[in-house]
Amino acid sequence: MVRQNHPESDKSRRDISDSGPADLNREAALIAYTLHLADNALVTGHRNSEWTGHGPILEQDIAISNIALDLIGQARNFYQYAARLINQVPQFIGPWGDNLGSLPGTLITEDNLAYFRDSWDFKNCLLAEQPRGDWAMTILRQFFFSTYQYYLYTDLQSSRDHQIAAISEKAFKEAAYHLQWSSEWVVRLGDGTNESHIRMQQALDILWPFTGELFQLADYEQYALSNGLAADGALIKSRWERKVEEIFAEAMLAVPRNVWMQSGGKQGRHTEQLGYLLAEMQSLQRAYPGNEW
Amino acid sequence: MDKIKEDIVSILAQVNDPEVPVLSVIDLGIVRDIQINGQEIEVMVTPTYSGCPAMDVIRFQIQKALKEHGFKNVKISTLLSPAWTTDWMTEEGRKKLKSYGIAPPNPVQMVCDIRHFHEQEAIQCPLCHSYNTRLISQFGSTPCKALYQCNECQEPFDYFKCH
Repeated sequence: MVRQNHPESDKSRRDISDSGPADLNREAALIAYTLHLADNALVTGHRNSEWTGHGPILEQDIAISNIALDLIGQARNFYQYAARLINQVPQFIGPWGDNLGSLPGTLITEDNLAYFRDSWDFKNCLLAEQPRGDWAMTILRQFFFSTYQYYLYTDLQSSRDHQIAAISEKAFKEAAYHLQWSSEWVVRLGDGTNESHIRMQQALDILWPFTGELFQLADYEQYALSNGLAADGALIKSRWERKVEEIFAEAMLAVPRNVWMQSGGKQGRHTEQLGYLLAEMQSLQRAYPGNEW
Repeated sequence: MDKIKEDIVSILAQVNDPEVPVLSVIDLGIVRDIQINGQEIEVMVTPTYSGCPAMDVIRFQIQKALKEHGFKNVKISTLLSPAWTTDWMTEEGRKKLKSYGIAPPNPVQMVCDIRHFHEQEAIQCPLCHSYNTRLISQFGSTPCKALYQCNECQEPFDYFKCH
């Protein structure tokens, strides 16, 4: 299933996220937005699952695995919804149709979306795909991400799309537990030993430039927001910043200022990290398409 | 119609959570509605946690149980909203959990307070019944359970956490 053309040179390829605002219609924006929510959850969940069996202590191995499971569950809910939407509008399958591992004429499922899209079709933020690093890096990424998810899901419960609102109603409660857990770890390690503090500072230096993207709306997000379907990144940002400041103060960490922010993940322009992640995650399904336990 | 629904509910009262086998899907409060459309029975369930791995098994077991009782045309649909909460667990379910050794969710639902190091509610040890217990981790052996230890009898136990 080798992709024949480079996405940028293939003019016939219809890419929802690269379409100008005039080309976007409500369905396309909704599908792209749902996939973005799913991809964020799946990629972060996958990174967390890399700790299973390797956690620093048993209870935390269990904790991070549970968090991974919650996130993958959220991803499943969003992928199932996206698949349903895509199946209703077959022409959207087009650009990925050849590479989704399904037989012509059959319906797309959550598995096609998770296992058969390539990195340029994934819409997760760059923050999600960064390597797990050491424990400091993992819990700091989780803290940034869970704080974002907590306010995101709070707001998405008022989405005009009932399914997104419903998924968010459940996911919100899970994000609350993730946020509490990760903020406690940020304080423990930030205000811990010399070594833990240094590791937190290193993690912060690496991860901070990826936090800006969380609040920058992609085209499809902007379009979905104007239709009352999405959450407003700007409104989330101020609450997120307040929470970060609160926790960082206790963790003896300085909130970085005036840092250039990375972006592109939401548009499918990813760091090299995602390629390796997907190669590992998708290898079994790609080798034996359609196989089941 | 009502008789059929009653029959179905008693069949479902025999379908147990694979992870916590003392609880039936009725005890858990995840069966939201039963619709009878001609020959087709539709059972609507609400998942507990987004990633609960038992849900697929539970759906299959509901199908199997109903088919074994002669209902040929069974459909299981998932209702995500309103979201399941531990408030929906029956009193019966809570008692069963306690005698099984798992602390049942507190009667008044408290969604996890995001405040860090915040003192959570007091949980009673299901073994020695003391309230002198401490939280070890909000994440236990399954997504729905937290890990506690009793300071009196020293035994660890699971708490079916509020959600």
